[in-house]
Amino acid sequence: MNETLQSIQEKVASGGLEKYHESNRSKGKMFVRERLQRLFDDDLNIEDAFFANCMDGSLPADGVVTGIGKINGEQVCVMANDSTVKAGSWGSRTVEKIIRIQETAMKLEVPMLYLVDSAGARITDQVEMFPNRRGAGRIFHNQIKLSGRVPQVCLLFGPSAAGGAYIPAFCDIVVMVDGNASMYLGSPRMAEKVIGEKVSLEEMGGAKMHCSVSGCGDVLASDEEEAINYARRYLSYFPSNFRSAPKRTETIDPPELEKSIAELIPQNQNAPFDMYQLIERLIDEKSFCEIKKKFAPELITGLARIDGRTVGIIANQPRAKGGVLFPDSADKAAKFMQLCDAFNIPLLFLVDIPGFMIGTKVERAGIIRHGAKMLSAMSEATVPKISVIVRKAYGAGLYAMAGPAFEPDACIALPTAQIAVMGPEAAVNAVYANKIAALDEAERPAFIKEKQEEYKENIDLYRLASEMVIDDIVQPERLRQDLMLRFEAYQSKNVTFTERKHGVYPV
Amino acid sequence: MTEIKASMAGSVWKIVAQAGEQVGTGDDIVILESMKMEIPIASEEEGTVKELKVAEGDFVNEGDVIAIIE
Repeated sequence: MNETLQSIQEKVASGGLEKYHESNRSKGKMFVRERLQRLFDDDLNIEDAFFANCMDGSLPADGVVTGIGKINGEQVCVMANDSTVKAGSWGSRTVEKIIRIQETAMKLEVPMLYLVDSAGARITDQVEMFPNRRGAGRIFHNQIKLSGRVPQVCLLFGPSAAGGAYIPAFCDIVVMVDGNASMYLGSPRMAEKVIGEKVSLEEMGGAKMHCSVSGCGDVLASDEEEAINYARRYLSYFPSNFRSAPKRTETIDPPELEKSIAELIPQNQNAPFDMYQLIERLIDEKSFCEIKKKFAPELITGLARIDGRTVGIIANQPRAKGGVLFPDSADKAAKFMQLCDAFNIPLLFLVDIPGFMIGTKVERAGIIRHGAKMLSAMSEATVPKISVIVRKAYGAGLYAMAGPAFEPDACIALPTAQIAVMGPEAAVNAVYANKIAALDEAERPAFIKEKQEEYKENIDLYRLASEMVIDDIVQPERLRQDLMLRFEAYQSKNVTFTERKHGVYPV
Repeated sequence: MTEIKASMAGSVWKIVAQAGEQVGTGDDIVILESMKMEIPIASEEEGTVKELKVAEGDFVNEGDVIAIIE
């Protein structure tokens, strides 16, 4: 054994000074090599540029670990900042290491994971790491190139500052550890100096804020272990790259629950119910892996398994904001559908939607272009798509949720479904406003009721089935079975959406 | 003390928990009516309804304070 080599190896593997390790421990942060040990089935199997900057002596591995290991038996590439080394900041070798492992992920076509815990650029090294062809910009360029080709996952354990904040931004999913993770372009100190704003880090760029308000975070984890376990679980729903399909697992039927699907769904279209309970009854037991749970809760998005096959679920949640679509929920849906479509994950739409929100606030927020974004992503998705009309599907809500015009492989309805431009109350108000106003107050209720009944007959579900608007009406208790058969049948779907370079997206 | 805010614009359709009542996390305090839908506004914590800021029929905008829980 070569003793010089061994001593350098030990020094590098131990990271920065003990005081930084201690400070991390006090915040509930693991050492980077421990994180990697827990993340992988065994450990990081291959590590390159372990000796980066070893001549310096004070910058072990130049503050980042890069290499290849196995998760759920599959190879993945990783970069992981070491915050005990100059706060995980980026020097020129740090950047080169990150670029190289991204290039490896691209060549091998395997997922790329980013374990971020970094203060940002080392200003002292800026000429070497910032502006040139293989400067930090190339990291983002590579991420954009990798996007949709291989899954990209970000686990945010600490800060992700300034330019570094774009690493999470270009990932498919960002898991943030509550209390420690943050993302911001300018620190609170900078905000105070430059624009005069006084604000705390947590308020401006904390994990809770990003996972519930900005939507830059997808999953809020209470500690690092939870974040790591989520990432391992998340990847089990994905193939290694866009060329393959997710692996099928064993089918686990959902448990028998007290309330049947029919008992769960209220007859009154205007009354809320909890969509999670319907999802639970349709998918394999405990297979729901939710994304953006705390952001725009009026729309639920998550991965699940039906008959052991991965599906992406997009479901309106009448329990939150009536299930109405807002700019944020449209954004949430658009990204989720792109994610699923990129990696050959079929989509299941569970529809109970009064429409898109109206009013000054949302118009000023650009709800039309955000809604258009959702429709684009849905329309362009060429994976199998099944739209289940659970209850109401009004107006553009029907379109956004893969209505018949958008070539779903099937649009099927439960007996409680109601498809229309708008609900009976709104429609009668719109059509007969003048007439209602002209009537005596005493005569109005009877007139309104009569017209509403007429309207309901006009949009009767069996009439729509007779006109072949919908492909089938399904008994609620048969729905899971039906979805299993359909997803199996649609597996071989092979279509190209259209020929062109790319669309001009309404972002 | 927590402020319970309206999740979206609408009118107050029904008050479920009156001032002084005990509520648990997830218990409805008021139900709004918006987009022809019933929109329950639930308490985010356990406590007592200290004050109701709205009456039935009031219009509320997104973010308006509906009740204070203590």
